[in-house]
Amino acid sequence: MPLIKCENLCLGYDGRTVAKDLSFEIERGDYVCILGDNGTGKSTLVKVLTGLAKPLSGMIHTDFPLSEAGYLPQQTDFQKDFPATVWEIVLSGCLGRKGFFGFYNSEDKKTARENMEKLGISELSSRSYKDLSGGQKQRVLLARALCAAREVIILDEPASGLDGKSSEEMYEIIDSLNKDEKMTVIMVSHDEEKSLKYADKVLHLGKTQFFGTHEQYEIFMKEEKQRS
Amino acid sequence: MESLMNYFSYPFVRYAFAVGILVAFCASLLGVVLVLKRFSFLGDGLSHFAFGIIALAAVFNLSNNLLLVLPCTVVCAVILLVSGQKAKIKGDAAVAAVSMSALAIGYLLLNIFKTSSNVSGDVCSTLFGSHAILTLKMSDVIICAILCTVAVAVFVIFYNRIFSVTFDENFAGATGVNVKAGNLIIAVITAVIIVLAMNLAGSLLVSALIVFPALSAMRVCKSFKGVTVVSAVISVVGTALGLVLSILFSTPVGATVAAVYILIFVFFLLAGALVKS
Ligand SMILES: Nc1ncnc2c1ncn2[C@@H]1O[C@H](COP(=O)(O)OP(=O)(O)OP(=O)(O)O)[C@@H](O)[C@H]1O
Ligand SMILES: [Mg+2]
Repeated sequence: MPLIKCENLCLGYDGRTVAKDLSFEIERGDYVCILGDNGTGKSTLVKVLTGLAKPLSGMIHTDFPLSEAGYLPQQTDFQKDFPATVWEIVLSGCLGRKGFFGFYNSEDKKTARENMEKLGISELSSRSYKDLSGGQKQRVLLARALCAAREVIILDEPASGLDGKSSEEMYEIIDSLNKDEKMTVIMVSHDEEKSLKYADKVLHLGKTQFFGTHEQYEIFMKEEKQRS
Repeated sequence: MESLMNYFSYPFVRYAFAVGILVAFCASLLGVVLVLKRFSFLGDGLSHFAFGIIALAAVFNLSNNLLLVLPCTVVCAVILLVSGQKAKIKGDAAVAAVSMSALAIGYLLLNIFKTSSNVSGDVCSTLFGSHAILTLKMSDVIICAILCTVAVAVFVIFYNRIFSVTFDENFAGATGVNVKAGNLIIAVITAVIIVLAMNLAGSLLVSALIVFPALSAMRVCKSFKGVTVVSAVISVVGTALGLVLSILFSTPVGATVAAVYILIFVFFLLAGALVKS
């Protein structure tokens, strides 16, 4: 049983199609990278995978509870001046497992502490989110996602807006989540070169769509170049 | 001081303090969410809308206009929120359209069906809340206490969810928080609090009760909890002080409370700038 299976998925808003005929399967432990130009529907696909949006048509089957996928949304300017401490934000990742009231217990706090340690942001705990650097912010949001994640983590441009070194570190962290913690990683990225270094499967959205292994993708790209 | 004590022997003064502080407290909690969600304009629009409905109630000579104003404003809040998320007219423009229509039509109705000899006086007090808070009956106080308790209870019970939805709707939705239901609850509570708070500050100044505590707290606090607690304290202190001042100097209640809020805001603005530098 694959972890996620999509068949003839058609994505869009209010009847306007953004991407169509998407079919792919993601196995446990995969590191999948979603590539494509701006506006080809990468974020939309991620929203469908996390249950935030419904596909226009097609079938999607997930072999895990949707609320247990760790999700790192694409950054919006809007959160950047929000008064909240790192601790409050990371802890809010545990909310998916809570019942009606959503009060945190000591186990949730332990999960939050462990994930902050994992990402090296323990000392930032009581700092205000808005005073952090871009790289630190991304780590906070990743720690929050890890609090929610049981086995899958879905990242929408985790390295956007980061300088070379911090984005390199971000990719290293994600890679270790996949290799050491056996998390399934689904990542949208703009940086084809860097993400291909780590990913073992590629989903390419756009005029021509592609899903396959890293090696197959390189052959696909070569053929694309020759055609154009 | 003594004269102040004298005033407190009148039940209507005690009612005014009870309702004023309670309502301002709720408004400040709500304000944290509305300001951070960039929904402040919703509060503003709803208060103008409520003015229109109050005018309508006056034309029909309804004795207890709360029964008409409250449901209508709640419905308006829900419609604005739901339509604002996908309508062709974007949220803030839709709110502006609704609020201006309500103001204009309300004022027209009052003038066409001259319901009292002093229309402009009535309008002025509805807009600026000059004496509504001092004419409350015991039943008003009870209704207000119940509604405010419910609002605060919702805020406390769902505090963590409210934080998550306010900070990041997408993430909250992905972890299974029902974002639509959450926004709906926020809209309904906003409508209720606005209608109640109009007694204190009138329909033009009611937004001050909502935005200033949160804006002030945001100058100095770095956590969501801190902003929430400080806003609540500001609202209680500011409203009590405003009411006392307005009684002592016989100034209009709403404007006095709002002026105190503004002073507090300026104080926090300076304090925030000092802390930074
Ligand atoms: N909420 C929405 N309602 C209507 N249309 C939308 C919505 N969100 C996105 N779109 C449209 O859907 C298309 C795909 O958007 P999407 O965000 O999925 O692209 P993307 O591949 O993530 O782009 P980017 O690389 O810029 O992040 C765009 O044309 C966009 O305008
Ligand atoms: Mg995107």
